Amino acid sequence: MTPQLQQNPIVAGARIRGLGSVQPEQVVTNHDIAASGVETNDEWIRDRVGIVERRFARPDESLVDMASDAGAKALADAGLAPSEIDAVLVATCTMPSQIPNASAQVAHRIGVEASPAFDVNAACAGFCYGLGTAADMIRAGSAGNVLVIGAEKLTDWVDPNDRSTCIIFADGAGAVVVGAATGDEAAGIGPIAAGSAGDLAETIVVPDRSSFIYQEGQAVFRWATTKISPVAVQAIERAGLTPGDIDVLVPHQANLRIVEAMAKRLHAAGARSDMAVADDIIRSGNTSAASIPLAIDHMRNDGRVRSGDIALLVGFGAGLSYAGQVVVLP
Amino acid sequence: MTNEEILSGLAEIVNEVAGVETSEITRDKSFVDDLDIDSLSMVEIAVQVEDRFGSKVPDEDLANLRTVGDAVDYVAKHT
Repeated sequence: MTPQLQQNPIVAGARIRGLGSVQPEQVVTNHDIAASGVETNDEWIRDRVGIVERRFARPDESLVDMASDAGAKALADAGLAPSEIDAVLVATCTMPSQIPNASAQVAHRIGVEASPAFDVNAACAGFCYGLGTAADMIRAGSAGNVLVIGAEKLTDWVDPNDRSTCIIFADGAGAVVVGAATGDEAAGIGPIAAGSAGDLAETIVVPDRSSFIYQEGQAVFRWATTKISPVAVQAIERAGLTPGDIDVLVPHQANLRIVEAMAKRLHAAGARSDMAVADDIIRSGNTSAASIPLAIDHMRNDGRVRSGDIALLVGFGAGLSYAGQVVVLP
Repeated sequence: MTNEEILSGLAEIVNEVAGVETSEITRDKSFVDDLDIDSLSMVEIAVQVEDRFGSKVPDEDLANLRTVGDAVDYVAKHT
């Protein structure tokens, strides 16, 4: 008979304990891009994608630098020491090379020695996949506290002369510390609702190692505005809630018009008229896996969300991959 | 469904997506040149046309719908 392998005790649930983010200092406005010789203008960019300005990292400012800084801030926000972190996950799709990953270096940089560390590549859905994985690791007893970081240096992978992409993508990092719910605390991370559409793989692609990101904007827009709202509703249902319970909607900041279309569908499904809706793309551009934690952190700094708010997170992008969950904000 | 009914339904959709007055939405108008509708709004219109009339408008066909009349004829042919 096969022996029964011993298992870790199951933990009731996980919660987000702390949050932090960083952006490069260099602000790039629409006027700056137009002035650099790209055939575009401020009005066109605002109309099509909603971006007013974004941040570009310096050449010597790496993805690992940004991820480490954001992670350290999240640790400080959670009031935890590096020694209290049991695993580090970095959601990213823009490391300068495939090997090595970002997470091991980030763990070392922050001082989480010999930490389990792996990267999650689900592009713009990466943060939600990372968060769901961390919550499941904690529930299964594989880790007590997990640091989840979304970090991207998209400018390494974007053609600065391609007006269909260089106006959209930007750099930054955001992080959360996920820990076990203790004592009387309720679980603060709902089950993930996730999936993929590999038949549309070619719509967002870096064709080969020497190429930049190519995107079929119209096809991706159609997919995002029709297929993702049902995923958002599914995430709400899996958490045992209704759309009226959601205090803040934080979709991946791909395009303000996609954000608005999703908010409209959620309002039609019963979301409250005073539900806050993340619009961080206006100031930050599309930072892929970093966009959701960046948006939450900025909304917190602006006083638009507070501790205990119920937030619906929804990531979607290259793969195509998508994932969402409901969380209680720290 | 008559072409008049399709036109009236389409006008409501275009009004909702792009804020264009329904009275402006006539067969001879070009979506881009006359009604100032961009490619992403065209996608939103295509999605709503599918919901309302049941006719799928793939991106490759959408690109050929230059005028309101083109769209009405497309829906008439594909419902």
